[in-house]
Amino acid sequence: MADIGEWLRDKISRRSLLAGGLATAGGATICASGALGQTGHAMHGGASASGPTPAAPHLAAHGAMITVGDVDNERNGFDPSAMLTDWETGTVSELPDGRTLRTFEVTAEDKEIEIAPGIMFPAWTYNGRVPGPALRATEGERLKIVFRNYGSHPHSMHFHGIHAARMDGVPGAGLIGPGDEFIYEFDARPFGCHLYHCHALPLKRHIHKGMYGAFVIDPDPARHPEHEAVARSRQLGTPENAGWQEFVMVMNAFDTNFDGENEVYAVNTVAHAYAKRPIQIEQDKPVRIYLVNVVEFDPINSFHLHGNFFHYFDQGTTLTPTLQTVDLITQCQAQRGILEFAFTEHEPGLYMFHPHQSEFTELGWVGMFDVVGAVS
Amino acid sequence: MTDIDRASVGPIAATPIKRRGGAYLLWIFVPLAVLGLAIAWLVTADPLSSFRNGAPPVEKLTFERTILGNDGIRVLLRAGGSEPMTVAQVQVDDAYWQFTQDPPGAIARGGTAWIHLPFPWVVGEAHAVRVVTNTGATFDHEIPVAVPTPTRDSLSFVSQGLLGAFVGLLPVAIGLMFYPVLRRVGRNGMNFLLALTVGLLAFLLIDAFGDALELAGEAAAIFQGPVMVVLAAAASFLLLMAVSRRQGTPSGLALATFIALGIGLHNLGEGLAIGASFASGAAGLGTFLVLGFTLHNITEGIGIAAPILKVRPPLWSFAGLTLLAGGPAVIGLWIGSLAYAPQWSALALAIGAGAILQVIVEVGSYLMRSDGRGSRSLVAPSTMAGLAAGVVLMFTTAMFVKI
Repeated sequence: MADIGEWLRDKISRRSLLAGGLATAGGATICASGALGQTGHAMHGGASASGPTPAAPHLAAHGAMITVGDVDNERNGFDPSAMLTDWETGTVSELPDGRTLRTFEVTAEDKEIEIAPGIMFPAWTYNGRVPGPALRATEGERLKIVFRNYGSHPHSMHFHGIHAARMDGVPGAGLIGPGDEFIYEFDARPFGCHLYHCHALPLKRHIHKGMYGAFVIDPDPARHPEHEAVARSRQLGTPENAGWQEFVMVMNAFDTNFDGENEVYAVNTVAHAYAKRPIQIEQDKPVRIYLVNVVEFDPINSFHLHGNFFHYFDQGTTLTPTLQTVDLITQCQAQRGILEFAFTEHEPGLYMFHPHQSEFTELGWVGMFDVVGAVS
Repeated sequence: MTDIDRASVGPIAATPIKRRGGAYLLWIFVPLAVLGLAIAWLVTADPLSSFRNGAPPVEKLTFERTILGNDGIRVLLRAGGSEPMTVAQVQVDDAYWQFTQDPPGAIARGGTAWIHLPFPWVVGEAHAVRVVTNTGATFDHEIPVAVPTPTRDSLSFVSQGLLGAFVGLLPVAIGLMFYPVLRRVGRNGMNFLLALTVGLLAFLLIDAFGDALELAGEAAAIFQGPVMVVLAAAASFLLLMAVSRRQGTPSGLALATFIALGIGLHNLGEGLAIGASFASGAAGLGTFLVLGFTLHNITEGIGIAAPILKVRPPLWSFAGLTLLAGGPAVIGLWIGSLAYAPQWSALALAIGAGAILQVIVEVGSYLMRSDGRGSRSLVAPSTMAGLAAGVVLMFTTAMFVKI
């Protein structure tokens, strides 16, 4: 056995040890300073975090619990405030038998959209917007939807309505590949508040990437003599309907890191859009909301109105409310309905609305109605 | 060419050897020129464009420090992505929260930024901070138990100093107090004590290296934690070997000083880690835990005393050895409680590990020399018993402090 002590004393010269030590130390130092050296120039352009927003009354209600900054609506190509009343009514012509033919044109496109200030999401869209266009027709019309797929994946439009199997939008029945075109044809029925969405597989991915939209069929007053006035008030374009303030709200959410849980919740895509820009309500006009839930990954969503109660028409397929005088309704995915309420007797002010899943509220799905006195 | 060589190196350049030396100098510039050309080609012609497959940039964020104060939560982020990273929004406990970023804008690779959230955190409860980048990627940071981060006020300064004295200085002093008793031991007893020292040092070596690697794993990838730990340990080992061998092999007070230094460096890293974990609320400080540390570190004092049993060092040197071995624990606690980043604790522990390895070598070689039987003394029963006793003692007392 070698004498280790002696070996250490004699064989290793002090100089070589010192040199080795310095070399390793030097190497470690270079590594460390290389990392630190870049801290100096951390300033680049891009979205920046501004300081706490000055507390306007509608913002004070949310305290510091709100996203920082604003979404660039112009870059997105859609404005959540305008979307509330933006109905797509297509083009109308008359069929030989005298019925109305309503034609919609919809394209599927890949598009990166800003869903919360500074957060970009690689969406799949209908007509370049999320939610897709809010299609609106009247009961009994013939509908023709010309669908073109300009996206990078197969897509379809699956309507919640009454139609033939070959018009269903599932694989083998109107699901088309990129570059293809398909025409869905069916009668507009039943009247109500419905939706459409892509039914390509995997379903979860195609829905949460943004392929959905509201599909509203107004009741034909002539077919409902017992509730003709109600039906008339629901039909877009009538003087009775003009007496209402109608909004379409699609409750959606986005899984930005693709882990099967949503990071951002909203109505009409942009988190906190109506918290930062409250929806103006004329006090003397009743309000009707077409509410659709498409949130993926979470079993239910809900709508709660502050300081008021409403009538609810589940799926909108009746002319009398299915729930009366409630301030909260729940919807599972693809469930939808019509909310009717009025602020006529209220004092003007800010009335909050949000789901009563606090988590969704705190992750962006919250808004305010700004009730203002009669406009002279 | 030859003219230039001559002109530059003067009249002696005429000899063939010097001429060759001049030519060699040229070869510093040729490789650098090739590198420059390669970079220029990469940047201008972009020959690797086919590798761009539409994948988003790699993103990596590390949370280095967390400060909980009256005005909310502050976290220090270090970016490690392939491109500068942009913090778009921040959630606390699954709620978007207003924040300010300092400095604002994108964070360059390796760069840092403070995020301040005016969040009303709750003492003793857990919180989760989630950063959402502009691509929608998320990075989570857990605050397991929220407690106010110690500030640099004199009160906490004193109380942390006291704590450091309890876990660092006191046990070493107690260990050294065995000195008069230990002096009476014979050759086997001496071997036992020296081997005990090696055993306790071996325990500390493994402990420090393991902790250093664990902390390095928490640090940003840019620091290459494990490599940094190994290099720092090797460097400190080699440097201390070189220094200690300047005047032959160390023995007596010199060897005791090296042992104290190695233990001190280890205590510095340990102090940093303990301070950081108390500051982050990861560990509550109980009397039992403090006593455990004290007990655990008494063995260190005995180890330091072993090489000076056969000499009579002046009394002040005992105080010096105690300060050298235990003092760094106080300093480590002070720095660590201000929540310094994991890579610095890892670095301190790695340097400590290298120092301990050097002391193990020196104590081993001292054992062989003082015994007079050379390497045979390493396998003597008394040595084996001491080695085992050292490791077992450290292991069992460590059970008090491992949570």
